[in-house]
Amino acid sequence: MTSLSGRTAVAGIGATEFSKDSGRSELQLAAEAVLAALDDAGLAPSDVDGLVTFTQDANTEIAVARETGIGDLSFFSRVNYGGGAACGTVLHAAMAVATGVADTVVCYRAFNERSGRRFGQPNTGIGGEPSSQGLEMSWHAPYGLLTPAAWVAMFARRYMHRYGATSEDFGRVAVAMRRHASTNPAAWFHGRPITLEEHQASRWIVEPLHLLDCCQESDGGVALVVTSAERARDLRRPPVVVLAAAQGSGAGQMMMTSYYRDDMTGLPEMGVVGRRLWEMSGLGPADVRTAILYDHFTPFVLTQLEELGFCGRGEAPDLVREGGLEIGGRLPVNPHGGQLGEAYIHGMNGIAEAVRQLRGTAANQLDDVENVLVTAGTGVPTSGLVLSRDR
Amino acid sequence: MTAGTPAGGQESTAGEEAAEPDTHGHLMALADKAIGAGEGPRTPAPDPVNPVMIRHWAEAMGDANPRYAGPDAVAPPAMIQVWTMAGPGGRAARASRTPLDDLLGAFDETGYTGVVATNCEHTYHRHLRPGEHLTAGTRMTDIAGPKRTALGEGYFVTWTVTWYSQDEPVAEMLFRLLKFRPRERPAPREPYPLRPAVNRDTAFFWEGARLGELRVQQCAACGLLRHPPGPVCPSCHSTERAYVVARGEGTVYSYVVHHHPPVPGLETPFAVAVVELPEGVRIVGDVVGCPPSEVSVGMPVRVEFREMDDELTLPMWVPGGES
Repeated sequence: MTSLSGRTAVAGIGATEFSKDSGRSELQLAAEAVLAALDDAGLAPSDVDGLVTFTQDANTEIAVARETGIGDLSFFSRVNYGGGAACGTVLHAAMAVATGVADTVVCYRAFNERSGRRFGQPNTGIGGEPSSQGLEMSWHAPYGLLTPAAWVAMFARRYMHRYGATSEDFGRVAVAMRRHASTNPAAWFHGRPITLEEHQASRWIVEPLHLLDCCQESDGGVALVVTSAERARDLRRPPVVVLAAAQGSGAGQMMMTSYYRDDMTGLPEMGVVGRRLWEMSGLGPADVRTAILYDHFTPFVLTQLEELGFCGRGEAPDLVREGGLEIGGRLPVNPHGGQLGEAYIHGMNGIAEAVRQLRGTAANQLDDVENVLVTAGTGVPTSGLVLSRDR
Repeated sequence: MTAGTPAGGQESTAGEEAAEPDTHGHLMALADKAIGAGEGPRTPAPDPVNPVMIRHWAEAMGDANPRYAGPDAVAPPAMIQVWTMAGPGGRAARASRTPLDDLLGAFDETGYTGVVATNCEHTYHRHLRPGEHLTAGTRMTDIAGPKRTALGEGYFVTWTVTWYSQDEPVAEMLFRLLKFRPRERPAPREPYPLRPAVNRDTAFFWEGARLGELRVQQCAACGLLRHPPGPVCPSCHSTERAYVVARGEGTVYSYVVHHHPPVPGLETPFAVAVVELPEGVRIVGDVVGCPPSEVSVGMPVRVEFREMDDELTLPMWVPGGES
């Protein structure tokens, strides 16, 4: 069986500005991001024959194709489970390209998540449909457990209980992300770092999470062009090779409330992704220069470090206490500032940052970047990538 | 108000009130006057008994009796009211109010706005033929009340209508109605906004909650306990399902305290916990009965069923139970 490893590459990245009120439709944001990514790659819309987005995205593939002048499509696909889809879009695109189903696939995600429908607001209808997901939500929503912050906080409390982690440990993640964002001109929080004291003083959202444990809400769009590694070598930018791509869900998985299966201190689905990524790439935690870890809420950054093998179980608080996640630390995480600092584009902006780090064009450029690990939404069925410099 | 308490939903305690003495006296005085007035003015029918209305009535009622058709047709006795029935504006349009009109008006003014007919008995003396000119006179005969009824407190008022052809009584009708004060029902409880989706796989749980039972699905084939429930046993794949009723005790495995944003139907802050049951499953529910700040991991809790509205009961958790 042939491996997907190294067969495809990200040839272009594009994004709109990141804001709190884009002033335009989500479809326009999607089209702008797709055109920017194609321009970055040096490709025309007519070169595209595949589109992939999130199940949750409000812009159909055909609508995006119409707006951008993309003609015939031979491949279109959607990836489910909220932000868990992010790296999965690249996996789907890479599979399509590697199997010859499509030549050039654009992955996109665009929304007005701040000025339009805000994911952090209670959706009282969330348990209303007797679909499998509606029924799953119905064990929680009637009790008021119906925001992402609340779902994650339930895991965070157990993690604190089990390993003695503190709110300050979560806060150090936020401080690191905001520090990185403060020197990234594209970040919403450019020039606005925070202190641990500010984190501690910020109001409770859902205990044990403070406001500054929760990522911001953003309007914007991001798109990525995936094509064969061979073809990418002839395009405008140096190819960023998809060395590994994986999706994962765990046994007993739920959408965001997997409270019934284990001790609630890990993210088994991220463990599935991590094992696949290391196996496919032939690399290990020591081989990546930086990790783009999905940071919608700080506690799951710690859990991911453990699931992916960057430290042992319960050791992530020590890693953050020593500044290990900051630029200059043992494993710089999210040099762009992540979703806490740059923008919440459902993880897609993190993939773009990985590409920039490998190209050498990032705002907070690290040296000697050969491999970058990227993860997608946590607490949900998720996905991940190992992206590498062409060699 | 503590967490998990519906934001609305206090039951109204407003009960029935007996008629105030002066109101009762006022109504009875008007009733005496109406009864004492005897038969009121005879109201003439606007049209004589005629074949057009007879045919129309028989058709509308589906009455194919041949006696109501043809050149020798007679009027169906049951249509006696039709000849003198006034339209909606008829009473007001009448030249003078009768003492019975005054009584009925007084009922409305004193809150006895409800009306329901309870008796209508016709007596026919003979058939009517086209060409006869009818008049009708009304005589109030009785009042009884106040009475408590299922509809509310009210008075039964009885009168008799007599129809005449010239001065010959041809038919009578005894009519009785209840004028009542509509019962003030307790306002229906505001529906709790956070409703679970329920289907055939999960209905047993919610039905149990309404009955005060914390039901945990059990595979009828292999005995596996499972929460949340589902249609197929993940262990033996049986679809034969049963349930056990849990003891209703547990310990807090993890919890959160929700502060923001506001959640419809709940007051913040409120605590939600993953509760581990001694039966071996976990379940999510609000912790009520203590301030959210007193909730902790490992805390013993016991179930308490809270009616959120007329349909939904949620199992929640209060401190206590065995440790």
